Amino acid sequence: MKRLIYELSESVRIAFAQIRANKLRSALTALGVIIGIVAVTLMGTAISGIDTGFQNSLNMLGDDILYVQKWPWHDVEDWWNYVGRPPITPELATPLNAIIAQTPNSLLEIAVPVAGRGTTAKFNENKVSNVITFGTSADYSRILNVEIQEGRLFNETEDASGRRVCVLGYDIAEALFQGRSALGQQVLLNDQPFLVIGVLAKQGSFLGLMSFDNQAVVPLEAFRKSFGTRRGAELRVKMKDKNKLEEAREELIGAMRRVRAQLPGERDNFSINEQGAIKAQLDPIKSAIAMAGLFITGLSLFVGAIGIMNITFVSVKERTKEIGTRKALGARRRTILLQFLVEAVSICLIGGVVGLLLTYGMVLGVGAAFPSFPADFSIGLVFLSVAVSVVVGIVSGFAPAWGASRLDPVVALRYE
Amino acid sequence: MSPSPVPANTHRVTRPPGALVIDIAGVTKLYKMGAEIIHALRGVSLEIRRNEYLAIMGPSGSGKSTLMNMLGCLDTPTDGRYMFNGKNVAHMEDDELADIRNREIGFVFQTFNLLPRSTALANVELPLIYAGLPAHARRERAAQTLHDVGLGERMLHKPNELSGGQRQRVAIARALVNSPSIILADEPTGNLDSKTGVEIMALFEQLYEDGNTIIVVTHEEDIARHARRIVRLRDGLIESDAPAV
Ligand SMILES: Nc1ncnc2c1ncn2[C@@H]1O[C@H](COP(=O)(O)OP(=O)(O)O)[C@@H](O)[C@H]1O
Ligand SMILES: [Mg+2]
Repeated sequence: MKRLIYELSESVRIAFAQIRANKLRSALTALGVIIGIVAVTLMGTAISGIDTGFQNSLNMLGDDILYVQKWPWHDVEDWWNYVGRPPITPELATPLNAIIAQTPNSLLEIAVPVAGRGTTAKFNENKVSNVITFGTSADYSRILNVEIQEGRLFNETEDASGRRVCVLGYDIAEALFQGRSALGQQVLLNDQPFLVIGVLAKQGSFLGLMSFDNQAVVPLEAFRKSFGTRRGAELRVKMKDKNKLEEAREELIGAMRRVRAQLPGERDNFSINEQGAIKAQLDPIKSAIAMAGLFITGLSLFVGAIGIMNITFVSVKERTKEIGTRKALGARRRTILLQFLVEAVSICLIGGVVGLLLTYGMVLGVGAAFPSFPADFSIGLVFLSVAVSVVVGIVSGFAPAWGASRLDPVVALRYE
Repeated sequence: MSPSPVPANTHRVTRPPGALVIDIAGVTKLYKMGAEIIHALRGVSLEIRRNEYLAIMGPSGSGKSTLMNMLGCLDTPTDGRYMFNGKNVAHMEDDELADIRNREIGFVFQTFNLLPRSTALANVELPLIYAGLPAHARRERAAQTLHDVGLGERMLHKPNELSGGQRQRVAIARALVNSPSIILADEPTGNLDSKTGVEIMALFEQLYEDGNTIIVVTHEEDIARHARRIVRLRDGLIESDAPAV
């Protein structure tokens, strides 16, 4: 055991002496590994960045919210089974909340009705179209997962009286008021005047497609008066414990069937949606993209590995006589094997570390240039690329090192 | 110590032979070169005892190096018996042979065979690494041995910073450092000028007098004359085996 450690440290010393003596050759070989490691780690960073962004987007939907809607979020082929469903109306929230209140140990906290439609917001000359306006109850504060930056949400009295007040999403407030305070101003939502009583903090966009800062929230009653609720609504139901999702969903289905007075055996005439379903749907696509990306970048690492194998073969050939000498002095097969493996791994590790530093620099650069791109350079990536370098070194150095260890000492000593 | 040329056969010490180290009987070695079979050794029997100083002589191609490699456990005989220190080594595995070479045999090559990127000290330490000695003990023994062969001042030089004679001294120190049973030198002066060759042979004389067992392969009578016993090979057979005159 001790002998192995001495042999290993001698191998490391010789390997670095060898690399120093053949600087250009070693650098060119390491370059192949550098390119491979940069490609793989950049791809890894991009994949984990996309993943983080994706998760952030999903979290905007709320990981403790169940959505009661007419349509499910996944694609359906039997659309005729859904199209005839009665619409979800905001009024359903009242009986649903009553049932929740009656249920002992309910896993559900509250159901909040949310009606929505696209509107155009105006203030003086400024205009923003495609504003998503939500009509909801004062309970909206219970399911809101963004800070109120300025002002407040409406209360129950304002809700019940149908006052035309609104809370604006960050981007709308910015676009209409351009830095000045929106509080106390009248904005027009589809030409209906609304008094601004609050502004939401910035949230970002969902998968880069749909902005969450492009919304306006108004009391349900005012919404009904101004826009009507014929288009239907949804109920957002908050769970008490997000880890008991399946039980909560079961409970909600039961409660909704009672609200809808559905008969046993009758199919649900509503859908319960949640963010996890989107995740489940997109995850396979995401991992397919990740696999394809890693495979393609992995090819460049493979080319680097071939370079390592080649240089190790050359090194073994050049030092055949040295191998013979070492064997004459008592080196066992594993000693020689170890020596050339250490050499291959050393070059790979140098390439790996340089490649990692390059990637780190690039990620910092990208982070500075596009602050919104969630590129994170994790410690896991460091361990991964060091491990990959070592494995590449061992795998590609093995064949030549094995050959060296098996050389007949007499033949090796006669080699010129 | 500063070795001075010792004229052959004058005032020289001959130590009484000790225990049997090498005992080969009927050893043959065949090499296949394509369809051709080369009989490098055709049946050689030889006994070598501790404290001997032996020269193996013969024309080029007579099988000297083949015999030497066999004696040094670098190679195994095609047929015949080989007992080394009472152990049968004729059918040993590679790694067992490697351990015997490490502990029992010190090789000196015609071309020195030093590691080019290692200092003299590191070169001499190498067999001790394979013997599993810790660093400080290795350093100490290697330094002492280099000192003994007259290179105490040059320990941290790389081979390319040393003369041919100095390189061969490093190689000899490397052969000696693990206190082997025998030292095997194949044409140790073959790559040296005659003056340096004489110095190296004086060093061997010294080592012999200090208690080492030495086998030198050479085709030069002048070199062989330093030994106490001369074995002559011809066409893979022992032609004569006699004390040096
Ligand atoms: N590895 C080998 N493969 C084939 N033939 C060899 C090998 N080693 C030696 N020989 C042959 O065996 C014979 C003896 O060689 P060698 O022992 O080197 O002689 P010497 O050292 O006396 O010059 C020569 O004919 C040589 O060509
Ligand atoms: Mg020879």
